[in-house]
Amino acid sequence: MTSRESSSVSQPVPRPLWRRALGPRLRAAGLALPLVAFVSVTFLGPMLSLLTKSFHDPEVADALPETMAALRGWDGQETPPDEAFAAVAREFVAARTERNLGRTANRVNRVASGMRSVIMGSSREMVEAQAAAEAAGAATDGAFWRETMIAIDTRWGGPEPWRALEAAGQRFTARHYLKALDFERGPDGGYVRAPEVWRIYVPLFWRTFLVSLGVTLLCLVIGYPVAHMIANSPPKRANVLLLLVLLPFWTSLLVRTTSWIVLLQNQGIVNDFLVAIGLIGDDGRIAMIYNMTGTFVAMTHVLLPFLVLPLYSVMRAIPPAYMNAAVSLGATPFQALRRVYWPQTLPGVGAGCLLTFILAIGYYITPALVGGQSGQLISNMIAYHVQTSLNWGLAAALAALLLGGVTLLYVVYDRLVGIDRIGLG
Amino acid sequence: MRAAAVAVAALLVGCAQQAGDGTELDSSGSDANEGAITVVSFGGSYARACVLGYHESFTAETGIQVDLEDYNGGLAQIRAQVEAGAVHWDVVDLGVADTVTGCDEGILELIGPELLPPGPNGEAAADDFLPETSTECGVGTLLYSTIYAYNPETLPGPAPTTIADFFDLERFPGRRGMQRKPEANLEFALMADGVSKERIYELLGTAEGLDRAFRKLDTIKDEVVWWEAGAQPPQLLADGEVIMSTAWNGRIFNAQVLENQPFVIVWDGQIMDRGQLVVVAGTPNLQGALRFMRHAARAESIAGVGKYIAYSPARRSGQALIDRHAETGTDMWPHMPTNPANMKNFLMSDWEWWADHRDEMQERFAAWLAR
Repeated sequence: MTSRESSSVSQPVPRPLWRRALGPRLRAAGLALPLVAFVSVTFLGPMLSLLTKSFHDPEVADALPETMAALRGWDGQETPPDEAFAAVAREFVAARTERNLGRTANRVNRVASGMRSVIMGSSREMVEAQAAAEAAGAATDGAFWRETMIAIDTRWGGPEPWRALEAAGQRFTARHYLKALDFERGPDGGYVRAPEVWRIYVPLFWRTFLVSLGVTLLCLVIGYPVAHMIANSPPKRANVLLLLVLLPFWTSLLVRTTSWIVLLQNQGIVNDFLVAIGLIGDDGRIAMIYNMTGTFVAMTHVLLPFLVLPLYSVMRAIPPAYMNAAVSLGATPFQALRRVYWPQTLPGVGAGCLLTFILAIGYYITPALVGGQSGQLISNMIAYHVQTSLNWGLAAALAALLLGGVTLLYVVYDRLVGIDRIGLG
Repeated sequence: MRAAAVAVAALLVGCAQQAGDGTELDSSGSDANEGAITVVSFGGSYARACVLGYHESFTAETGIQVDLEDYNGGLAQIRAQVEAGAVHWDVVDLGVADTVTGCDEGILELIGPELLPPGPNGEAAADDFLPETSTECGVGTLLYSTIYAYNPETLPGPAPTTIADFFDLERFPGRRGMQRKPEANLEFALMADGVSKERIYELLGTAEGLDRAFRKLDTIKDEVVWWEAGAQPPQLLADGEVIMSTAWNGRIFNAQVLENQPFVIVWDGQIMDRGQLVVVAGTPNLQGALRFMRHAARAESIAGVGKYIAYSPARRSGQALIDRHAETGTDMWPHMPTNPANMKNFLMSDWEWWADHRDEMQERFAAWLAR
């Protein structure tokens, strides 16, 4: 490109500044290339592909193309035309013989529970019916299949299974997001809010948010004085204190969590101690674990270092002379703390709180072990759909909503405090 | 310059170490031991019973090494391996609802009935396996039960004897342990509410029946400690955290026999389920895996597991081989879920119903817990 451009002008003009700087710039960018490649391959790529799954679900559409085509003109009332029966029979029988109908059935089952056994059960008998009809030389057209399928399972005579097939066959769909916001398919196929006993995801989003906020505040209240103490200790003592803060980092998550169970349970050390010194009676043991208290205690313990470390490094950079100056100019210690020290630590507070909050939002093993019935957060459901139900579309939609929420908070934080005010020291 | 050289050297050493770790991991799979197979199971006392029960005799007989791996159940890893075309698990211990789902999805090998060996006295496999224990892709090995147990040391006074007693807070006040998932709990609730076992799944399929089950669970919700891992219930009982807890019968048996805990199992209302072995589709060690399946399906093999843990063989001829505990000499028969004395009121878990409704029940259960 460069050669053609330069040959097309008769008089060579000086190359523009940006182009002269291009070489060194490219070389500099080249150094970052391994990092860019690494991040794209191991992080951005998988993340985008998973997020795509939240709205793009081509599996049923690819498995049953003729059925989807036959259902296109159907008004959703009563039963579809004979062609749909013929198409679905052809595709069910073929897929059944190739052993991949189960995947389709499981996906349709997510739209309407019970469809898995309807499809698997009916198709088994449809294979036999086809063989019998062929042996007898009878025609296997749409009318034949309409009669046969309704005889096998009366539900094929109503609109529900067909609506489920049609809904599951949408290539691009908002149904995972609707489900993630506690909407369900109503009787007419449209989406309505689920009855209260079935609403799960929105309440869990709220709980996750509130627990994370609470844990972050608790960490701040406990961590601020600790960080201050470490930052203002002589180096030797500071090292020991820092070691104590870091210790949880080097212990396995399960060991830490189980230790809290040993300490806090009904017959645990803390309760035994309180009973021994007579503060509470033997029948008045305090429930400190398998409830919200347990969740808060264990999560705060695990996440504390993430708040203390940024705070510590910011506080160390604050010369003690400022506080001395403030006090010598007549400020009370509290005034000096509030008006001189606190504002200077804000970058560390911001960094620590943001880090703690975002980590807390993704926690689920600790709350599940010590939180009792309150111990499930939104990440538990994401893990369930990734590992157990294999409904990655719904898992992706939940994760996308969580990611969106965190991004929103980040933007709000940026507007209110300014992201450039975050500092790690 | 020198600093850079040192840094590069350090990086290289790091890489070499990483690579070394990698090859070590690989060699445990298939490269080093030609023909070794990887068997994946639930770990703990159960996996140990399988190793002692028949993995060792398999290796002695065939020379094929068995590498044991632990996992927590579920199809996610199998599916990931099959879809990536990098199958390194050969044989997996799986719950029956997962076996059926995985079989439907085509990620498990079909196991023809001709693969199943006859019984020790030539009994035809088709008659010898207990009904509904084997499926298209899964070979039934064991029957295990979800029961509830109590600790008489922390529950003095009258002993609970029925599943209804588990829900009776007036006669048995105190905390109860239950597994944090809908499976078994919904069935227990309806049985305790007086529903006959034939109608349980039919009722759970209706909105009213489901509400009824959750209403029953509501009555004890505030007193429930929820457990996740199979090792927790014995611990909760021993610590006095709960006065009674649902559990897998083998775990309670182990605590009774190996740790001398005084726990008592209430067999009334036990929910029986079947354990199966499957072969992952597309494994490069198919022949070795199938040989392992044939060995594992022998009555002697599955009865061998029953010498170490109270899980019951899925074959009639295996039932006849139930003997004494290999380490303590305890008579195993009274501890087996299939002992008629323990089966006066039992429910067979309906895998078809759970395969259809598990996801939606999980959501309903989570919503109920969260309130």
